[in-house]
Amino acid sequence: MTRAMLALLRRDLRLAVRHGGESLMPLVFLFAVLILVPLGVGPGPNLLSAIAPGMVWVAALLASLLALEHLFRPDLDDGTLEQWWTGETPVGLLVMTRLFSHWLITGLPVIVFAPVAAQMLYLPDRALSTLVVSLLIGTPLLSLIGGLASALTLGTNRGSVLLSILIFPLVVPVLIFATGAVSAAADGLSARAHLGLLSALLILAVTLIPLATTAALRLNIE
Amino acid sequence: MVRYSNKQTICMFRLPDDYFSRPRARRHCLPMKALLQADQVGFTRSGELVFEPADVCLNAGQALVISGPNGSGKTTLLRVLAGILEPATGKLSRSASLAFLGHLAAVKGDLSCRENLEFSTRFSGQPGMAVNRAMARVGLAGLGLRPARALSAGQKRRLGLAGLLVARRDIWLLDEPYASLDDAGGELVDQLLDEHLAGGGTAALSTHQRQPRLQTDPDRLVIRAALRESVR
Amino acid sequence: MIWHNIKVGFHRLGSPPVFHRLCRVVAPWLWAGAAICAAFGLYKALYLVPPDYQQSDSFRILYVHVPAAWQAMAGYLVMSVLAVIALVWRIRTTEIMAMMGAPIGAAFTLICLATGSIWGRPMWGTWWAWDARLTSMLVLLFVYLGIMGLYAAFEDKRKGARVACILILVGLVNIPIIHFSVEWWTTLHQGSTISFFGESSMDSSMMPPLIWMVIATKLMFGAALLDRSRNELIEQDRRKGWVRQKLGASA
Repeated sequence: MTRAMLALLRRDLRLAVRHGGESLMPLVFLFAVLILVPLGVGPGPNLLSAIAPGMVWVAALLASLLALEHLFRPDLDDGTLEQWWTGETPVGLLVMTRLFSHWLITGLPVIVFAPVAAQMLYLPDRALSTLVVSLLIGTPLLSLIGGLASALTLGTNRGSVLLSILIFPLVVPVLIFATGAVSAAADGLSARAHLGLLSALLILAVTLIPLATTAALRLNIE
Repeated sequence: MVRYSNKQTICMFRLPDDYFSRPRARRHCLPMKALLQADQVGFTRSGELVFEPADVCLNAGQALVISGPNGSGKTTLLRVLAGILEPATGKLSRSASLAFLGHLAAVKGDLSCRENLEFSTRFSGQPGMAVNRAMARVGLAGLGLRPARALSAGQKRRLGLAGLLVARRDIWLLDEPYASLDDAGGELVDQLLDEHLAGGGTAALSTHQRQPRLQTDPDRLVIRAALRESVR
Repeated sequence: MIWHNIKVGFHRLGSPPVFHRLCRVVAPWLWAGAAICAAFGLYKALYLVPPDYQQSDSFRILYVHVPAAWQAMAGYLVMSVLAVIALVWRIRTTEIMAMMGAPIGAAFTLICLATGSIWGRPMWGTWWAWDARLTSMLVLLFVYLGIMGLYAAFEDKRKGARVACILILVGLVNIPIIHFSVEWWTTLHQGSTISFFGESSMDSSMMPPLIWMVIATKLMFGAALLDRSRNELIEQDRRKGWVRQKLGASA
């Protein structure tokens, strides 16, 4: 069981490395946002530091959206997805594995470069650790939500517009609590309440979303 | 008149009128040797049965050949047996590991043949033949480093067959295994099936062209497309 | 025996011809009830209730706004129940009903947002405010649109319905979370915004028309749901025997 999950993870990452350019897209996107926003709203440190939490989080969200088209679709097209149901490993665990590799590719780079982003947008230093923690809790949530939405739309042929409509309502709480935490920390307040709620969301999502995703995939592989 | 009874009630599709009065041709099931057994499994698409519910029993050492005209639902039945599709009617029970080789080769084009086979071994968790031996067995010796996308259609089929060998699984479900293979390839499939059956395995395969020539005569199942209620 | 009869009756409702007949009989009564309640409620709301001492006559829009908002949420609950039944027992007519609830719910949400905007312009001086209720209604609208879009994107309508039912249930878990998160968000970011009913709680004389309107919207939802489901059923089964028989008989 664990062996199958590890095998899947290894293959996903190997494919990601082989598609080098595509896998760097989230980072490119993050920096595009970080550079374009000051150009757009002006270089004033006050304004930039006020919108910094939101900007970093919107960039993380869009970065995770970018890779969703390729989350299950290639596997559906080449027949590797249907093999998930023939083995002994519960499909929910394979779904979790796939989402984990999605997070490694889209979430982790954003977290690693968050300190750079914080500097570029004049986020107060005291909020940096909160930003990183909120990303650590929140980006897996984005992967889970995105995975569900892409599983739901897998059987349709105009997935991408639909994908954004489905994702928007689901990520509202994540964005609110995560940016709330960072803003609170920037104002010198405690961010614990926000981070606690964000963690609660993560626990809820980890337990429920793989079930829904598996059910949606099963319906869509027909 | 629409008849609803137990399970059918829930699915709300229409069965042929004489369905319940028809003689039921039960497959001969050997209690100890049945690795996969299906009672009256059916599948619905857009709320209508795809094929008439079928009884299937796969005994160790025995193959089953599923035949039927195009569009009669051979592939769908195999996918139901493989557990990929959820049966809308009937019961399905399985007591052994399973391999499914479908129309799609289930290989990643960006990975080399060797990497694809190594993945099959690891993913199934039951190592079988060594990768190099398996590739030689299916006539792909020396192509281990070639990306799978660079293979021809026939070679891809052969790679799929090698995938069956590198992991040990008792039930083989093969959808049109002879498709796009040359004569030698067809014989190779027969040989592999013989070896698999001799080792206590079982197999179900669909075919509408070449009939398998096996040492033990295979069971046969002819499936029919279900009657559609809608007038087209 | 009784239990068995209930079960059989329940499953008979899943049979398209029976469901079709039921809808055709019940829906007109619901429409009539809705019309009577609405007429009564609106007459009271527009003529009998005295104007508010702060908002004068413009508060009267609440008699449309509030029932629409409640129905938008109640409609979602109805859809969720139908979705559970559809997913567990795979009854086709419930799948269709769950799907057909979405456009109606979306319409009520839209009415709620529009009347809120119209009321907000003279009262708050703005068409839109990032108020907790407004924002969560907007999100609810997107949930409804997502369900409709997902269902429409599938060629196999049964598959589409079942996939969208999963989305309905995900939304059911998520909508309260969205609501509370938005509420905390507004209180945390902007201090307290204007609360909907103002400082004064509602006068008792204002209540009865509201109740009539709430009943009217409930009946209207039910009637529209049955009518839409019946149409969808005929549309999907237009090539099948029972529809041809029905059409042949009526034509």
